[in-house]
Amino acid sequence: MNRLLPRALMAPAVVTLFLWMIVPLVMTLYFSAVRYNLMQPGPKDFIGLANFEYFVTDPDFGPSVWNTLLLLGSVIAITVVLGVALALLVNEDFPGRGVVRVLLISPFFVMPTANALLWKHMMMNPVYGVLAQVWIFFGGTPVDWLTDLPLLSVILMVAWQWLPFACLIFITSLQSLDRDQMEAAGMDGANPLQKFWFLTLPHLGRPIAVVVMIEMIFLMSVFAEIFTTTGGGPGNESTNVAFLIFKQALLNFDVGVASAGALFAVVLANIAAVFLIRLIGKNLD
Amino acid sequence: MLMKHLPLLVRTVVAWAVTLLIVFPLIWLVITAFKTEQQAIAIPPQLFFTPTMESFAEVNLRSDYLLYAKNSVIASFVSTILGLMIAAPAAYSMAFFRTKRTRDILMWMLSTKMMPAVGALVPVYVMAQTVGLLDTLTALTIVFMLSNLPIMVWMLYSGFKDIPPDILEAARMDGANVWLEFLHVIRPLAMGSLASTGLLCLVMSWNEAFWSLNLSSAKAGTLATLIASYSSPEGLFWAKLSAASLMAIAPIVVVGWFSQKQLVQGLTFGAVK
Repeated sequence: MNRLLPRALMAPAVVTLFLWMIVPLVMTLYFSAVRYNLMQPGPKDFIGLANFEYFVTDPDFGPSVWNTLLLLGSVIAITVVLGVALALLVNEDFPGRGVVRVLLISPFFVMPTANALLWKHMMMNPVYGVLAQVWIFFGGTPVDWLTDLPLLSVILMVAWQWLPFACLIFITSLQSLDRDQMEAAGMDGANPLQKFWFLTLPHLGRPIAVVVMIEMIFLMSVFAEIFTTTGGGPGNESTNVAFLIFKQALLNFDVGVASAGALFAVVLANIAAVFLIRLIGKNLD
Repeated sequence: MLMKHLPLLVRTVVAWAVTLLIVFPLIWLVITAFKTEQQAIAIPPQLFFTPTMESFAEVNLRSDYLLYAKNSVIASFVSTILGLMIAAPAAYSMAFFRTKRTRDILMWMLSTKMMPAVGALVPVYVMAQTVGLLDTLTALTIVFMLSNLPIMVWMLYSGFKDIPPDILEAARMDGANVWLEFLHVIRPLAMGSLASTGLLCLVMSWNEAFWSLNLSSAKAGTLATLIASYSSPEGLFWAKLSAASLMAIAPIVVVGWFSQKQLVQGLTFGAVK
């Protein structure tokens, strides 16, 4: 067996991924340090950190960081808590469990744009929407979700999509829970709550950590849901960092400022990534 | 388990009720797709009506649905096949010729997936614009492939790793070279993980919205972008929105049902078993 072959087999994947990582990164670093607007042709002068300053002092910047964190935190909290509850609910056998599992996972496979419009129009429409009808049925006043509670609306859409994901992972993990231990605990007089707290929850610790971190990575840059429903508005009420960067790049055509923002987003994502990579690395081999 | 103590009947009813509540929006979407526009926005909402296919026909007629569907099929299938062709040899090499650096390479590949897509938006857009690839299937296919590549290598690696090395030893003793070994020993054993990796990547490319919204429009747009165009004011035509959405999501939801297990493995990079 020669030693070149393994490397040759690996080369295409390594090279393409390396280019995919390094070329955009170098370009972003360069763009972020020059004056570069697609609508204003001219020399790309070096302007130091001015793009960063502009991005950070943008009145939309503070709210967008806050919205990003709020969106992230809420969706993670909703999906983890409800995900564990749902997984426990369907863990033991009952008639139709297979069908229930298949139905439960479905929202995760709905493309984000279809998900967003389904909620925007058919669920959250203040007049004809299903939620409005339910509100009226119970004697309440319908809520104009996307105007009055734009961020909460986006949170609901995204949580609806990611709840099945969290749930599926917890279901998978519960399958490997030690049943003998459970029974032993029961014989020793542990009540269901104690069993949940001292056996089930510790067993779910690792999957919960994984779900939190994977959602952090994917939800840091929620885009399609905002793009198709609120467009970041009203005002900046549902603008997150990803959408702000998009606005700078493709609506204001300011490549320089958008690049500065992109570097900010990369740093933010890396904080989460470091932890996830460590956790997965421990599990390797 | 906490739930074991509840009577079976109660558990069954609660589980079904909660499930139906969660998937209600999808059920409503399916129902609405078979209504007329008047029925779709009727107050109170109608549950009993004569189903009609007219919205499906209308969507096809008005919005060039087939073009977008074709784009989706091409972009997701080609990117998946291309990705498998690049990822499989790499995963094979890492699984069967382990070196000290294999682990580091795997972790590094994983780290590239952690980059937020929006971080690469500007350079990728500028590059695509410079070489004239904006709104082309070529650009979309390449980007889909690249963003799925780390997951593909990981999934295939963990699949290949489970193949016992003894089998390979035996094949080598019988005089098989690497190519024959791959063709006759590994390939049949690895078909399962190749298929599941392919399925998962198909689902992810089909549903991809960030890059397709930003890099494509009328010519290379995928179904995700077609649906986005219903944002307003067409979105008020609920029957058509539902019919278009149903056609866009139905095939992939079905594929998704069959790839649940792989999904857990693939998206958690094997961290949850």
